[in-house]
Amino acid sequence: MSLLGHGSEALRARHRKAAFFRLFCAAMTAFGMVVLVVLLTRIWREGHAWLDWQFLSSFPSRKPELAGILSALAGTAWLVVLTALVSVPLGVGSAVYLEEYAPNNRWTRFLEVNLANLAGVPSIIYGILGLAVFVRWFGLGRSLLAGSLTLSLLVLPVIIVASREAIRTVPASFRHAAYALGATRRQAVVHHVLPAAIPGILTGVILALSRAIGETAPLVVVGAFGYVAFVPAGVLDDFTALPIQIYNWTARPQEEFHALAAAGILVLLAVLMLMNATAVWIRQRARRNRPW
Amino acid sequence: MNGPALAERVTPASLFRQSIDWKELAVRGGLLLCASISVLTTIGIVVVLATESFGFFRHVAVHDFLLGTRWAPLLEPRSFGVLPLVSGTMIVVVGSAVVAVPTGLATAIYLSEYASPRFRSIVKPVLEILAGIPTVVYGYFALTTITPALRAIFPATEVFNAASAAIVVGVMILPMIASLCEDALSSVPRAQREAGFALGATRGEVATQIVVPAAASGVVASFVLALSRAIGETMAVTLAAGATPRFSLNLLESIQTMTAYIVQVSLGDTPAHTVEYQTIFAVGALLFLITLGLNVLAHRFLRGIHRIGE
Repeated sequence: MSLLGHGSEALRARHRKAAFFRLFCAAMTAFGMVVLVVLLTRIWREGHAWLDWQFLSSFPSRKPELAGILSALAGTAWLVVLTALVSVPLGVGSAVYLEEYAPNNRWTRFLEVNLANLAGVPSIIYGILGLAVFVRWFGLGRSLLAGSLTLSLLVLPVIIVASREAIRTVPASFRHAAYALGATRRQAVVHHVLPAAIPGILTGVILALSRAIGETAPLVVVGAFGYVAFVPAGVLDDFTALPIQIYNWTARPQEEFHALAAAGILVLLAVLMLMNATAVWIRQRARRNRPW
Repeated sequence: MNGPALAERVTPASLFRQSIDWKELAVRGGLLLCASISVLTTIGIVVVLATESFGFFRHVAVHDFLLGTRWAPLLEPRSFGVLPLVSGTMIVVVGSAVVAVPTGLATAIYLSEYASPRFRSIVKPVLEILAGIPTVVYGYFALTTITPALRAIFPATEVFNAASAAIVVGVMILPMIASLCEDALSSVPRAQREAGFALGATRGEVATQIVVPAAASGVVASFVLALSRAIGETMAVTLAAGATPRFSLNLLESIQTMTAYIVQVSLGDTPAHTVEYQTIFAVGALLFLITLGLNVLAHRFLRGIHRIGE
């Protein structure tokens, strides 16, 4: 291989090749952008006409013009709140343990490897776990609680990783100052490290929950229903969720239901965008007001 | 412990011992318990998949399952050869790699070697948005946009087909490959590029002959992780590729992946403790083993990088 071209013809050929390669990379970069634009315009064109108050406030129906996403929205809201209640304390607790308490030994390294591998387990496997453990073994049935416990396990690794990063950014001087004043480890963590890390943790939690909102496969396996014509009133009720409803409509052959699915997708994407914007806002505000 | 007994044993050492902060210990124990949940999750997955698969393999011989070429667990005469599901999964995975590996790597090269910081600050959020879109949305996109386009080009294409699923999964894993590769490429020291430029290499030559080879283990790890993600991908594949287990390599026909089969059974009313019900655990166990193997492989590649970094 010779990097140095001899003679101007060879040099020109190399420069042509370089220019072509650059163009190729630019075109490939454009591919992703183009797909996103096509996807969003397609969904908007199909769905926006169906987006109205009636769509948001009605139950699913066999007649497309009467169908809506009320039960799906309610189910998703229930799922998010329950999942947050379970996964946030467990995730932040794990992160605090791993960052502030864990000794550098074999058990800790095992925990780390385990977390890395869990993050790579397909979401449908969590669904199978939820089906066997929560639905059957705990006897929770196809309930909101079984669904949210399954989603909690799914997003736990994400929350742990994000919280650990947030805790790690708190300078060691915070802890040293607390210890110097006679604080115990618990006091240093609870009064100084955690408050400083909260914006970062919050950002991670919101992003993890937005992942939970979009999850379909584990909920299908745990047994979310395609057709639910009521708003769940308790954690043991049957449920459906926004992505399940979208799946259900997309899987039907009729064009009208595809349009309904597009409208549902618009709502889902709006919710996700709102959550992501909140996360970005918290992150930027925290960066400005950082006490260090 | 009562008072006098306590008073008798007051020595400097015992004073120290009594200053054990029980609250502190309780907090530590509670936190350790939280951290153990993730271990319990892993144990749960392994135990559930193993026990239910064990039940399945009492009815079906292991080699019939692994080597059989006909998958018909719900229809008579029943047959439990998993190869059609594996081949369906592999068609989608290979197809998605054909779409995502060149585009992802080229995007990463463009971002790390050519793009201005301003351009990067536009492209990276777009990639994050692509990565954050739920998979059911990609399924909708495949069915309503990609499939009609394919049918316009190849009229023989079925409504549900492997090609559409492969393309859409390729789009889904593209951001993952692009961002992991970009991390790997930008961690190559600047001096190596400058050495190339000093020898008169063009930017393209520096990128392809110096930077990419130097970042090879990170690049390969990103491919492996993305493929593992593609194997576990469910809803987009279920919507686009349909539910016809077929041991064939025809991209324009409907196929069924392992994940799509699990969804199909879950949507039906299969009673527990039947062989049909246990099939999803056997298929799930196979899926879990394949993705776990790929993830371990990817992390081995990544550990290689850290060693070089040290």
